[in-house]
Amino acid sequence: MSAAAPAVTAGARLEVRGLHKTYDSGGELVTALAGVDVVAEPGEFVAVIGPSGSGKSTLFHILAGLEDPDSGEVCFDGEALQRRLGACAFMPQRDGLLPWKRTIDNVTIGLELAGVGRSEAREQARPLIERFGLGGFERAWPWQLSGGMRHRAAFLRTVLLGRRVMLLDEPFGALDGITRADLQQWLLEVWSEVRTTVVLITHDVTEAVFLADRVYVLSPRPGRVAAELAIDLPRPRSLETLETPAFAQHETRLREALRAAVT
Amino acid sequence: MKNRLPTRYASGMASTDIAVESAPARAAGTRRDRALGARLKRFAREAWPPLTVLVLLIVLWEVLVNVFSVSAEIVPGPRLVASATWADRANLRPAMVTTTEEAVIGILVATVVAVILAIAVDWSKSVRRSVYPLMVTSQTLPIIVLAPLVVIWFGFGMAPKIGLVALFTFFPICVGTVQGLASSDHDSMALLRTMGASRRQLLTRIRIPSALPQFFTGLKVAVTYAYVSAIFAEYVGGTQGLGVYMQVSKNNFRTELVFGAIIATTLLTLALFLVVAGLERAALPWRRPVRGQDGW
Repeated sequence: MSAAAPAVTAGARLEVRGLHKTYDSGGELVTALAGVDVVAEPGEFVAVIGPSGSGKSTLFHILAGLEDPDSGEVCFDGEALQRRLGACAFMPQRDGLLPWKRTIDNVTIGLELAGVGRSEAREQARPLIERFGLGGFERAWPWQLSGGMRHRAAFLRTVLLGRRVMLLDEPFGALDGITRADLQQWLLEVWSEVRTTVVLITHDVTEAVFLADRVYVLSPRPGRVAAELAIDLPRPRSLETLETPAFAQHETRLREALRAAVT
Repeated sequence: MKNRLPTRYASGMASTDIAVESAPARAAGTRRDRALGARLKRFAREAWPPLTVLVLLIVLWEVLVNVFSVSAEIVPGPRLVASATWADRANLRPAMVTTTEEAVIGILVATVVAVILAIAVDWSKSVRRSVYPLMVTSQTLPIIVLAPLVVIWFGFGMAPKIGLVALFTFFPICVGTVQGLASSDHDSMALLRTMGASRRQLLTRIRIPSALPQFFTGLKVAVTYAYVSAIFAEYVGGTQGLGVYMQVSKNNFRTELVFGAIIATTLLTLALFLVVAGLERAALPWRRPVRGQDGW
């Protein structure tokens, strides 16, 4: 890889075993996760889809280290993680750009927190800024960026963390259709170079089929893996892929699996 | 690496949203000039109405004083106030300097103590639970009645005045900062935690920047008390400053000089306020200008 490559080694194998999580919601116990097992092979793109209340967010918060499970474990390459905070690169639903940081400082915040010097962090980010369509906007404040640019900046921040697993929490949920389709394709292109393991949360069937190698379908309360579908559409995928009969078949299968999970 | 990214994609992006936004963001220099020009224009536009009213009131004051032949010892006319104050400027100027020193140092002391305490309240649950309620209820204490005590404790020099100014101005700064720190965005905190940020990093990277707007709001409220409290402290026990100047002028039946000192106090307070507003602007360059006002 040339100097422009993000500092990522190969993706890790992520394995989630028997996650249980129960909340106390106003005196009433709600089981968010009831024994969830999920595996993402190194460099695999896995989507987790489910209706609201299926514990998708809880699963992600546990993976990111923001919450602790009641039982179960999260393994990297077969070894249980002792400290999950900081292990995966997390991209939240909203872009999470800090309003008081310029683009260049927002995308390098992970490096800054890790104690990398400012100029060195900028050096690492600079070649990627162009590729992420942010050239000329290094010194812009977040409010000066369009919705698509904010998301690309948020994704660059996630990539620059240099983790072996990326967690994307409905990253395109708040965008309009055209920007969304653009960004999905762009995400695939960038990911095909970075090749980290990706886990994506979504409630959009088309998005899951278009992006993922494999899709886990979660059932609502209590959250369980109701189905697991392999999406064996060839890569690289493009907007034309969306028009193929194979794509439509996968969509139908996933939609049915989702319906079966809810009822 | 760059070559491996299909150019179709890169150019496709450039033609969508970059083109839309590049004009304002790339021309940052001229934008700033234009923004400054617009601000001056807006200031002129907004300053007109109150200035007109002010001039009318001054004219009315002069007319009424003359029509009703009010004694200058009770209400002097604005022309007399202006000329007498100007003639006495050799005495007024050092008084202004003294009071300004007390007010500014007092504000600085209050700011340092308030910010340290606010961070402690924000950082530690036990401090928040034990000290903060006491601090809030302590504000029901009439600080004015403390003034004689402060004189007893600190004498007649600069210290009691600074202390009293700090007592008066501390509260709005501290409360503003505490609330600002607490207003930090939960999602941003969570995001930085997933990156492995320590508590201290969360404080410096998120909580303190989040608190700045409300800190400045508190500081702006505080500076409007600064001169008043310094003058009050001088009334109680001082040898120089605007408070003493007003008292001496009053005792000599020079009401016009009392008026002059009042106007000087108002102008000084306004100046201090503008300094803080300027600091705020400089400290928060990332704030989005109000749409339609700065030409954005």
